[in-house]
Amino acid sequence: MNEQMEDQIRQVVAAYGRLPVDISTVRRTDDLYRAGLTSHASVNVMLGLEDAFDVELPDELLRKSTFQTVAAIEVALRSLVENEQARN
Amino acid sequence: MSTTADQTTTGRSTPDGAVDRRPPELSPQALAAQIGAAVVGPAAEDVDARARFPHEAVDALREAGMLGALIPQAMGGLGWSLDTVAHAVTELAHHCSSAAMVFAMHQIQVACLVNHGGTERLIDLTERVASEGLLLASATTEVGIGGNVRQSSCAVERDHSEFRLVKHAPVISYGEYADAVLATARRSGESQPNDQVLVACRRQGLALEETSGWDALGFRGTCSLGFLLTASGDAGDILPDPYADISSQTMLPVSHILWSSLWFGMASAAADKARSFVQTAARKSPGTTPPNALRLAELTMVLEQFHDLVVVARSRYAAAVLDPDQTRSIGFAIAMNSLKVSASTLVVDVVQRALLICGMAGYSNGTPYSLGRLLRDSFGAQLMVNNDRIYANNAQLLLVHRNG
Repeated sequence: MNEQMEDQIRQVVAAYGRLPVDISTVRRTDDLYRAGLTSHASVNVMLGLEDAFDVELPDELLRKSTFQTVAAIEVALRSLVENEQARN
Repeated sequence: MSTTADQTTTGRSTPDGAVDRRPPELSPQALAAQIGAAVVGPAAEDVDARARFPHEAVDALREAGMLGALIPQAMGGLGWSLDTVAHAVTELAHHCSSAAMVFAMHQIQVACLVNHGGTERLIDLTERVASEGLLLASATTEVGIGGNVRQSSCAVERDHSEFRLVKHAPVISYGEYADAVLATARRSGESQPNDQVLVACRRQGLALEETSGWDALGFRGTCSLGFLLTASGDAGDILPDPYADISSQTMLPVSHILWSSLWFGMASAAADKARSFVQTAARKSPGTTPPNALRLAELTMVLEQFHDLVVVARSRYAAAVLDPDQTRSIGFAIAMNSLKVSASTLVVDVVQRALLICGMAGYSNGTPYSLGRLLRDSFGAQLMVNNDRIYANNAQLLLVHRNG
């Protein structure tokens, strides 16, 4: 499950993050902004993640730090997906 | 450190209990109004006509300690809040848009140093701004980037503890008069275009080679020439925070607050002329309301909207600075962007309304009601960071914004 989620995140970042580097060379804890993620592209990544995981990121997660690393994105998404499951 | 806490003192202590016979200190706003009326205003026509730097205004502001207005008192500054500085900008803009803009742009750089200049060398530089009245300029745009200040092509070269930077800057306002220029650049030669830092390039290590002149429609005294900037210095002059954070948390909101306060001052100056024109007409025929009094009532309504917009934005910033997470929110960015677009449009609206009221007396140069300079200056507001770019940013942010 862990790897599956990370793979899916990586696919979204690769598709919408417009990184000038191959996503496979970016480690889980590498800074995506330093890797070339612009604030404009990060909005597209947010939209892509919301679609891929069928969630809506709440305002408090719409921060630069949420999208700093693949690991940070996974923590944010996991909190949302688990909340969703707890509700159902 | 933040730029919110207002440390302005209002009284004078007399340790020996003697009666202090000195005149009371002026409030910040009164001080700005006095400098505006005595120094800035009388030079405004010449500054505009010759597109020259407002030396006397900057000298007077330095003399009054106002170049260090935003710097905390513990660091030798006046400790004014951003709200207080914004009031001062409005006062100065009553008299000369260019001088007020130089003051505002300097304060934006000071705010970046105060909030993000954590190194020993930058703290020293900040204290020198307060004690010596150093003037700071900015080089954020770059030839070939197309106005997107969040990307750089030039890069900081590091050699142990030294840095070197070469930047083609299409505009550095009052660059040749500045004691230091804060320039954006990629963090290193290997960094991506968006991985930027802000570097304080001090006069002694700085060479500015003029690449373009400045003969513009308005804001002529800002002397916004283009330069090839070559700088070197101690690496401790590189601000430690990423420029992305400096921009969103300080530079962008402080710019938009001070600019909108400046444009409001210009609008107020135009409104004052219109009011005076209508009142002079009314005195000639008591009992009959002059026809353009209705236009003045309309203008005043727009000016009040403008005033409230600016005041509420300042309060919002003051509240957000106490809760730094707020300054990182999308809602805050959208609000600060909207402020710039609204204010830059309203200033043209108000000046145009004043022109209609004053008629030919406003259209002609050399009358007490002349509005040519204010009208020319007012059109610059929509262009300095083009409103279309700001709309495009907000359009993107609104795709994920939640709370209206």
